Amino acid sequence: MQSIYLDHSATTPLDPRVLAAMQPYFAEYFGNSKAIHRAGHLAEAAIEGARATVARCLGCLPADVVFTSGGTESDNLALRGPAQYARVHDRPFTLITGPVEHAAVAATARQLRDTLGASLRVVPVDRTGRVNPDDLRAALRDLPANGIALVSLIHANNEIGTVSPVADYAAIAHEHGALFHTDAVQSPGHLALDMDGMGLDLLSLSSHKFYGPKGAGVLALRERVPYLSAQTGAGHEDGRRAGTHNTPGIVGTAAALEIACAGRAESAARLSTLRQRLIEGVLSAIPDAELTGDPADRLPGHASFAFRDVLSSTLLMHLDQRGIAASSGSACKSGNEQPSAILETLGFGPQWTRGGLRLSLGRSTTAADIAAVLDALPEAVAAVRRIAADVRSSAPA
Amino acid sequence: MSSRPRVVVAMSGGVDSSVAAALLVEQGYDVVGMMMRLWSEDCGEGGANRCCTPDQMADARRIAAQLGIPFYVIDTQEIFRRTIVQFFIDRYAAAETPNPCLQCNRHIRFEWLLGHALASGADFLATGHYARVERAQDGRAHLLKGRDAAKDQSYALSMITQDRLRHALFPVGGYTKAEVRALAVARGLPVAAKHDSQDLCFLADGDYRRFLRQHAPGAARPGPILTRDGQQLGTHTGLLDYTIGQRKGLGISYSAPLYVLATDPARNALIVGTAGELGSRSLSAGHVNWIAGEPPAERFAADLKIRYKARPAPGTVTVLPDGGVQVDFAEPQRDITPGQGVVFYVGEECLGGGIIARSQ
Repeated sequence: MQSIYLDHSATTPLDPRVLAAMQPYFAEYFGNSKAIHRAGHLAEAAIEGARATVARCLGCLPADVVFTSGGTESDNLALRGPAQYARVHDRPFTLITGPVEHAAVAATARQLRDTLGASLRVVPVDRTGRVNPDDLRAALRDLPANGIALVSLIHANNEIGTVSPVADYAAIAHEHGALFHTDAVQSPGHLALDMDGMGLDLLSLSSHKFYGPKGAGVLALRERVPYLSAQTGAGHEDGRRAGTHNTPGIVGTAAALEIACAGRAESAARLSTLRQRLIEGVLSAIPDAELTGDPADRLPGHASFAFRDVLSSTLLMHLDQRGIAASSGSACKSGNEQPSAILETLGFGPQWTRGGLRLSLGRSTTAADIAAVLDALPEAVAAVRRIAADVRSSAPA
Repeated sequence: MSSRPRVVVAMSGGVDSSVAAALLVEQGYDVVGMMMRLWSEDCGEGGANRCCTPDQMADARRIAAQLGIPFYVIDTQEIFRRTIVQFFIDRYAAAETPNPCLQCNRHIRFEWLLGHALASGADFLATGHYARVERAQDGRAHLLKGRDAAKDQSYALSMITQDRLRHALFPVGGYTKAEVRALAVARGLPVAAKHDSQDLCFLADGDYRRFLRQHAPGAARPGPILTRDGQQLGTHTGLLDYTIGQRKGLGISYSAPLYVLATDPARNALIVGTAGELGSRSLSAGHVNWIAGEPPAERFAADLKIRYKARPAPGTVTVLPDGGVQVDFAEPQRDITPGQGVVFYVGEECLGGGIIARSQ
């Protein structure tokens, strides 16, 4: 069967060039980067080289780069580090975040409220999932004196693709003496990242989202950020993230990020064109369909929809049976479809919130793939709706 | 696209559907596993209900992985609650004793799930039922009893229409339960004697009376216990607490043992009488389904089952002008119950069935 992979926002295949870069660091150069001997030096050199590469791609200093196990860990450290620092220094901690954050931020924020007594402020979003700068200003009013405040808002939303003006948010945060973190897990290869230029204090990345390895990621952390690590142990990463370095993962992260950044403009232009064709095709061919997220300012390869009276998981099953791998951004595998919290937040009614679909394009995506989806998707949506209507009309009661 | 016929197998994690899936794989079909998540009480994550637990889902998923077939869980909760659970409640509220499995096989398995199977490119829907389908030269599908008489489930499939049965496969129908277990063992499939699937899968605890008191309080209103000639002997606790033919638990003393003869929904009355009054020789039934699409004759002799576990009784079926049937039994039947299915057999073949309206 044909196989069309349109779930690049979930994960991407490892780039063969990245694999080649990683290969020597599994068995050949296997040394512990902290070791005194030459095997250790080789690993350390590779890691420091990777750190410099990552810093160049992100517009920060090598010293700002902390290697982690992925996006979730980076988000955890980004929020917990300042919260713990505030706690130890007996300063009030305020966390300002939005209602459409990835769970790695949202769940961590709730836990920090419950465990460390962080004061949690949630800023509303508009119908596209974006925070209005004035609402952010309002949320930053009356911060406690002598406190530490951290704003965390997602750069590009994984479920609905909306890109947020994080540079503007960072400036507003700084005006109020707050720090700014962004989960930029969806960004590399699609959106420009420049921590200096954008004024970001903390930024999270996950390597497998940009054709790098799973189990690796980055927290970029400026020196000015008050931080007490939530991952303790020996003094790796300058005490900011303990644990023996994942040398192949780190080397792979740098190689993948470099490729992603170098090819970004060209890839974004190509994917935007395909994505636009996909969006227009879906909206014109399928009744009761809505685009979710911002129609224009969205991830280049990200198309997301809500369909009335459709259950995402059922639709995804039919697409998979037609050789198309997609996602809803929130569907579950256990047949107990819950409304998408994000679609609810955006104001979609109950007949829409369980019918999300996300088609995320990537390097392998071709115009033929888009044509095939535009062929299969209207049919699949119609079938799902027709079957339910048939049973309702023929069954008793 | 594969040229092999594609079949969706409805998997439950149990031995019958697992063996069904394994046999289809061995027979060279392009097999896809699906499991319906049905609505039931107490069925959230961690809920206590037995028919929908994540355990069964995990079992089915594991078996599908073992067989190397794709597996999907399809959320059927809303449509099942609306069409089957609500039907069950409504019929009890109307003082009938419905059999939701008949409706479920017709509308959920062989309409909803079959619809999804066909829409995903399958030619067939297979289940682990003990029944057989025989395809005649003229293309018509015939429903036969399962080879294991003790496990035969053709009764529950009797309301399926011809255009659906054409797409049905029952891979274990030609085996006995013991043979199916042996097939499972030979293939390394789990045969753990978990409960067979229960009739009222949507109940948390199997107690349908408790469920109905909650959802159809009208059916639980106390009312008079009357003899046929209108003499009140006592008060019943709600019609749903009694079954026709029941002797014990009436809570009244009388010169002779008393049996439940019928219910009278209009008066919310329970009609009782002595053993001599019990039983009828005929019944009428509506909502008749002929699996062939039409009856074999206006009047024909058949073996008749008036509930899932009843022994078939000989009699005659007469088709009425309104499309219903009158069934006349050779011997009086004690427990003809409105709302249950009456299913017609000639030899091994199930010709269809109807829903009992009343005994006569």
